[in-house]
Amino acid sequence: MSITVAVDVRSVSKIFGAGTGQEVTALDDVSVSIAQNEFFTLLGPSGCGKTTLLRLIAGFEHATHGSILLEGAEISALPPFQRPVNTVFQNYALFPHMSVSQNIGFGLEMQGRTKDEVADTVGAMLSLVKMENLKDRQIDQISGGQQQRVALARALAPRPKVLLLDEPLSALDLKLRKEMQVELKRLQHETGITFIFVTHDQEEALTMSDRVAVMNEGRILQVGAPHEIYNRPNDRFVADFIGDTNFISAEIIERDGNEIRMRLPSGIEIMIPAPPDLPQSGEITLAIRPEQARIASDGDAASIQGSLTDEIYIGTDTQYYIDIGTTSPFVVRVQNANGETQRIPTGTSVGISVDAKTIQILRD
Amino acid sequence: MVTNSRPFSIKRMPGFSLLALACFFALYMPLAPLVFYSFNAGNNIALWEGLSLRWYVAAWENDLVQSAAIRSVVVAVIASVVATSLATMAALGTTRTRPYRGQTSIYAMVNQPLMVPEIVTAVALLILFALIKESTGYHGYAYLVSAHTAFCIPFAYLPIRARLEGMDRVLEAAAADLYATPWRTFTKVTLPLLLPGILAGAMLAFVISLDDVVITEFVKSAGQDTLPTYMLGQLRRTITPEINAISTVLLGVSVVMVAIIFFLSRKKT
Repeated sequence: MSITVAVDVRSVSKIFGAGTGQEVTALDDVSVSIAQNEFFTLLGPSGCGKTTLLRLIAGFEHATHGSILLEGAEISALPPFQRPVNTVFQNYALFPHMSVSQNIGFGLEMQGRTKDEVADTVGAMLSLVKMENLKDRQIDQISGGQQQRVALARALAPRPKVLLLDEPLSALDLKLRKEMQVELKRLQHETGITFIFVTHDQEEALTMSDRVAVMNEGRILQVGAPHEIYNRPNDRFVADFIGDTNFISAEIIERDGNEIRMRLPSGIEIMIPAPPDLPQSGEITLAIRPEQARIASDGDAASIQGSLTDEIYIGTDTQYYIDIGTTSPFVVRVQNANGETQRIPTGTSVGISVDAKTIQILRD
Repeated sequence: MVTNSRPFSIKRMPGFSLLALACFFALYMPLAPLVFYSFNAGNNIALWEGLSLRWYVAAWENDLVQSAAIRSVVVAVIASVVATSLATMAALGTTRTRPYRGQTSIYAMVNQPLMVPEIVTAVALLILFALIKESTGYHGYAYLVSAHTAFCIPFAYLPIRARLEGMDRVLEAAAADLYATPWRTFTKVTLPLLLPGILAGAMLAFVISLDDVVITEFVKSAGQDTLPTYMLGQLRRTITPEINAISTVLLGVSVVMVAIIFFLSRKKT
């Protein structure tokens, strides 16, 4: 089965206030293809342009340059009500003068479906989001979590080609948010609709998505499956934004086949696999995840030497902070496997050993 | 250090209750004798001769009062309906459009009747309408109705605009997202949510039109007395408690309308 493209964003730029002398570039030449039936997440800090991109796909904003294709057809010029795309808004935007059922049926009615069709679909949607017994309630008579479900049902009812979700879980408390994450995954599987999900919560993005696009300052920095984004960040911002990362600078000495020899600030030289387009000399930044480094025991070859400044117990793990002569300490995270922690007195000189395969070279 | 743990409340300021009572007394005390003497059995508005509804009956049976009252209501209904429609469009035009140059001055211009002294408007209309009457020979009700419509617009506009500004724009975006054309978005979402504001505006406009004296007095042609101008005319002759009875009924109508406006503007959705 060939994977067909649901949404194709081609070289899209969005400049607010164009021509006023106070231009703000919200999106800067963004291109991305989102496959059908994919759970795709736009991840980034506030102001990175992720919501603007969503609003462009919905039709609430129009691109300054570039085009947006939905299943191969250009939709850039269409108003929102002519796009087979529905949105779940951040604060749900349910109609306060309508009941739960009327809200869910609104899109269907506007599409001109018959009364029977509307009633059938609303019934199916109510059971899909498990809200059958609240169908006649007014919106102000149901809880935030229930409103969330109604908003989802309302957006799914017309069977859009793509469902856009604008930080829909941000108003919920932690426990409910976790429940809804699972719920959203289930809904996406059951309906088979392409989901484009916007969030600033990296954990949410990694948990739910098939693929994630990490955005910053109006650009997409990296697109990939959660494990690729986490294990192989290609950009300092991506490595920093997702999970915890140690950054250390290194000097390139020479290339040796597929590997490259580098000198760490400690003077120790290491060989790591490197992409072919890497420069032959100069400074470079390496990213090492705290859980992929170890405190070297006597037999290990230590890559980095330092002295322990702090040890913090965080339940499942223990974090060791090691001064290696850089501005911020190097962090090593060790799982507390047997419910015991490895106690090391502060000030002790320790070696850090890192598997060369887990070291990521960043271009910045 | 001892601090007052309770939040600041103006109710605990010394003399608050007394001042509040004094204000309410000043507001409502003058109305008491008016209402009281409307039930007088005698002919005098300041000499009590026993309880009676005779002046209410007299007012009810007075043909001039009847026709003036009907005229007042008809003018007020037409003026408030037209003014509210125009005010709704003005409110949409000043809140549901992209910001444009001169938006603030349009806001000020819509509210002009609130700022220009009423007597100035009255004299201006008198002169303008005299010119039109001269050249067309038309002496009908259009003058009165259009004048009332004009000064009612800001009173209808303000509550409608306030309601529109308090309404989340994302609801209209949601309707558009769910395949509603701009017109259906307006009729299915904007208008139903705006309705309490529109009703409040219409009722305020109705009360303002019903109570108007100055402009009506200057604009009306012969035989076009409204209830307030009829009463004004009566005051120049002998005063009987009939005036008190009519005033009390007008007061009652106004109080009921204001109460309805209050409950409408409190309504959340």
